[in-house]
Amino acid sequence: MLGFPILSLMLAVPLVAAFICLFVNAPMARTVALAATLANLALGVVLWCQFDVGGAQWQFQESKELFSGFAWKLGIDGIALLLIMLSVFLMPICVLASQSIEKRVGEYMAAFLVMETLMIGVFAAQDLFLFYIFFEAGLIPMYLIIGVWGGAERIYASYKFFLYTLLGSVLMLIAMIWMVQEAGTTYVPTLMAYDFAVDAQKWLWLAFFASFAVKMPMWPVHTWLPDAHVQAPTAGSVILAGVLLKMGGYGFIRFSLPMFPQASADFVWLVYWLSMIAVVVTSLIALVQHDMKKLIAYSSVAHMAIVTVGLFSFNTQGLEGAMVVMLSHGLVSGALFLCVGVIYDRLHTREIDRYGGLSINMPKYALFFMLFTMASIGLPATSGFVGEFLALAGIYQQSSLVAFVAATGIILGAGYMLYLYRRICFGDHKNADAAAMPDLNLREWAMLAPIAAAVLWMGVYPESFLAPMRNDIRYVETRLAAGKPVGDAQLTAGKPAAHADHVEHGGAH
Amino acid sequence: MDPILLIVFLPLLAAIIGGLGNRALGNTAVKVLTTGALFIACALSWPIFLGFVSGQSHEHTVSVLQWVQSGSLKFDWAFRVDTLTAIMLVVVTTVSALVHLYSWGYMDEDPDQPRFFAYLSLFTFAMLMLVTADNLVQMFFGWEGVGLASYLLIGFWFKKPSASAAAIKAFVVNRVGDLGFMLGIFGTFLVFNTVSIPEILVRAPAMAGSTIHFLGGEWDTMTILSILLFIGAMGKSAQLGLHTWLPDAMEGPTPVSALIHAATMVTAGVFMVCRLSPMFQTSPVAMDVVTYVGAATLLFAATIGTTQWDIKRVIAYSTCSQLGYMFVAAGVGAPGAAMFHLFTHAFFKALLFLGAGSVIHAMHHEQDMRFYGGLRKHIPLTFWAMMAGTLAITGVGIVDVVGLAGFYSKDSILEAAYASHSVAGSFGFWMGIIAALLTSFYSWRLMFLTFWGKPRWDQSEHVQHAVHDDHHGHGHAKHDDGTAGYHPHESPLSMLIPLGLLSLGAVIAGLLFHHEFISAGTGHFWQGSVTFSEELIHRMHGVPTWVKWAPFGVMITGLGIAWYGYIANPGFPAKFAGAIKPIYTFVYNKWFFDELYDRIFVRPAFWLGDKFWKLGDIGVIDRFGPNGSAWVVAQGSRLASKLQTGFLYSYALVMLLGLTAAITWVLVH
Repeated sequence: MLGFPILSLMLAVPLVAAFICLFVNAPMARTVALAATLANLALGVVLWCQFDVGGAQWQFQESKELFSGFAWKLGIDGIALLLIMLSVFLMPICVLASQSIEKRVGEYMAAFLVMETLMIGVFAAQDLFLFYIFFEAGLIPMYLIIGVWGGAERIYASYKFFLYTLLGSVLMLIAMIWMVQEAGTTYVPTLMAYDFAVDAQKWLWLAFFASFAVKMPMWPVHTWLPDAHVQAPTAGSVILAGVLLKMGGYGFIRFSLPMFPQASADFVWLVYWLSMIAVVVTSLIALVQHDMKKLIAYSSVAHMAIVTVGLFSFNTQGLEGAMVVMLSHGLVSGALFLCVGVIYDRLHTREIDRYGGLSINMPKYALFFMLFTMASIGLPATSGFVGEFLALAGIYQQSSLVAFVAATGIILGAGYMLYLYRRICFGDHKNADAAAMPDLNLREWAMLAPIAAAVLWMGVYPESFLAPMRNDIRYVETRLAAGKPVGDAQLTAGKPAAHADHVEHGGAH
Repeated sequence: MDPILLIVFLPLLAAIIGGLGNRALGNTAVKVLTTGALFIACALSWPIFLGFVSGQSHEHTVSVLQWVQSGSLKFDWAFRVDTLTAIMLVVVTTVSALVHLYSWGYMDEDPDQPRFFAYLSLFTFAMLMLVTADNLVQMFFGWEGVGLASYLLIGFWFKKPSASAAAIKAFVVNRVGDLGFMLGIFGTFLVFNTVSIPEILVRAPAMAGSTIHFLGGEWDTMTILSILLFIGAMGKSAQLGLHTWLPDAMEGPTPVSALIHAATMVTAGVFMVCRLSPMFQTSPVAMDVVTYVGAATLLFAATIGTTQWDIKRVIAYSTCSQLGYMFVAAGVGAPGAAMFHLFTHAFFKALLFLGAGSVIHAMHHEQDMRFYGGLRKHIPLTFWAMMAGTLAITGVGIVDVVGLAGFYSKDSILEAAYASHSVAGSFGFWMGIIAALLTSFYSWRLMFLTFWGKPRWDQSEHVQHAVHDDHHGHGHAKHDDGTAGYHPHESPLSMLIPLGLLSLGAVIAGLLFHHEFISAGTGHFWQGSVTFSEELIHRMHGVPTWVKWAPFGVMITGLGIAWYGYIANPGFPAKFAGAIKPIYTFVYNKWFFDELYDRIFVRPAFWLGDKFWKLGDIGVIDRFGPNGSAWVVAQGSRLASKLQTGFLYSYALVMLLGLTAAITWVLVH
């Protein structure tokens, strides 16, 4: 353990930098933001290196009673560690991706830095209400980023986002108050081990579900996402897809599953059906999109459905796979939005048909875009495969039907992503302005290369990411064990004697 | 360092350096690097194979790195070398090395050569990962890796819309098969709690007769697992139903067709079924499925092959058909014969493709055989190479004496099918006999149209372009000999050497190795890497004389018909096609599979996507969800306008109020 409160420091660094950004000129604000996010990335690396894999469940704990049971309690397990790493990894890249922002740069950077604080806070909070503040407040800078620096329809988009989120948060807050009342504590680790009455679990589960399903987002509460992505500036989309969507999944694995295991088991088919519909419906919708960002946004909904089936498969492969899909999707969809941003900055349109033949004039770009396309459709040796494979292997043990329907996503995903790639990069030049676009510059290269490296690392040696969360996944699994539904395979023992005469091992003689 | 690591990773290294170095390194450096890597890999592979032939090598596994560990699901990056792998190693590295060399000449004028060679090497790496896999997931890695390389190479000339469309089609159709493969892996893990191939094969027989529920139905466990995995094999090996991508894949440069879509990648399905033969053999139903699918494909593809005019498409359908033969062999329990045909087919089919490439090269990228004719005088070396390939594929040879490569392997498949004494086997046998006739016919049709008769290329647009370019500024001479003044030239040495070496393979590969592959008592060669019944081998050798001679008879018949139709009486084929017009149209249009799939899959997918989007998301969810609630609010009061401008503050307010309420609650209690 370290001699200083590293989590509080990681929350403070961006906050202080955000304050500075408000008072300096644009170039200075960019520098401050980049320096602060890089500093936080460095702290994140320290955090990861110091994290004792296989050690105590909760590490780097900090606790300070504030008033009347409300406490500043921080601490992380392996699951939180990885999601914090994802956040601090993507932030410097977002700052780099915001070069084309020219309006109110100081405020823009401040909004991003505040969001970094709040995102880390969500994953590090150990007090229920502290979590709630971070969880809900994290959306405020996002509203601002979409509403102030967004596209033409930004008001409608952020308004839709607001309406969806409002209902979920109110219900979750009511549930939290009831829980604290019942269990007599706001301390999350205690609540994770607390056995609520089975009847109460159902209502609590549904209240949390209302909030997490919107964040995920699950079908049919997903329609805010395409609009929000389309209107958000590039870096906003990266953070939205990269980290904010992960808060829903984090909520499930931290709250719904361990705190309400019986209700989770009772509601599996609700989750399964919504996820199966999401995979098929949103994949098909992605196929017919003309707007690059909308296409990737719809593909996110389909990928997040793999996360939910993985989480609700109640076994190691499913839970670990869901976590890897979350990390992988954070990297890959973030990278895909960056790829969109690179060409949007040049041509100022998201219309797919305005591009074409970019492999000719932008070969480096085409290479990165190909890599992330392949990672998105789950090619082995990329991060996307490991997650999808484990999550689907997990759900198969519960239900072959759900596994089958969810796995059709691998066909449809290949369809819409390769169709997108074909229209952007293949073919001959159609438009003179697209044909004249220069290839990646050094800044863009510096944004995409680290993500590419991380995607391949997670694909070839995922153990680096699986090891820290292994014990925490096992803990969730133990909580779920009692109510775990029986799989539908109903495997019977073999009767080899009856068939022995058909099998002759001639080759073995 | 174990040589297997060099064999697998040298091509990867060459692909990475060559691909990323690209223009910085220049054409020659990248070509030397990639081709050199492949020749080294090839030189290291043959000793391993010959070691197994002589019985001196033994099976071993080299584990490099743990890949995934999730609960009891564990697998490594590991390389298994046994007889089956050794066969694939020599096939893959030999054909790949020769195709690299051939591409020096064939792709000489292409502006983008480093990318091409890097893709070829990348493909080879992925294929080697596939054949050395010791667990199902690594096999799936190779499976998808070759799919990626195939996608990139089919779409190599990405400016052509037809090429990029064919690339997507290949990838997506293969993914349909991959869905089966993946479900098969999940099911296997569920049943055996491991994905390690050796462990599964040891434990498979004990699971015979067990049942499992899948998609609501109750199935025999081993049957459903084998069939799911076989669906993957059907996709990669272009079997009936999932074959539609292979003919379109001919959009790729011809060396690619030879390497990927003839000799190596498309045989991955056959390799998988042979690798898992102890598992498949625990389910007679699954074996029958393999046989029926193979038999149906071999006949279906052969019928289409007889009607096509594009020289590459004829060979593509021929490949599809020959893969069907291999599945018949695997299905009747003779994986040795399947692997033998895979081995010989790699040589003669690569030869035929590269020969066709040499013809196309000489004919200035004209691929329509109607515009060939009389080429044997112009490109004699290519002609002789193609002749060797044709004699090999049609199975020329004298029973019990000597023959070319295809004679040994195809005849052994037909004998195995006959000797299996099963309904499926008999079906495979008769389909195989009919298809052998068709094979002989379309192969000789190709030869006669291309190399015999009078030149007909004055009508070819490609040739006219070439002539126009050559005669630029000169007067146009009159040519009445059908050549339009264009004289095809023989290909350069870099293309002729691979043709020569592959011709050698097509002639002697069968003679040299038939004993090891298909004779009785060759346990020292196979070392248990495939399972087959010794009794079946004995029965194969004891089949009636007419069965042994039947392939020879139909081969001569096919040759005779082709000779009659394309040499003796050239007006006959058109008249015959006219007489059976409905059948001809059906076959010529490839049994209308593409049209059917377009109607039932592609168009409905886009239609549904559009409806889900515009009616579902916008028409229902948004209308009654966020927009609807906005409407309610707007009707109720003027709050909506406040929300739209000041929603942020309202939101923060609601949150803070809620929190205050919460804390108060806690305080009071």
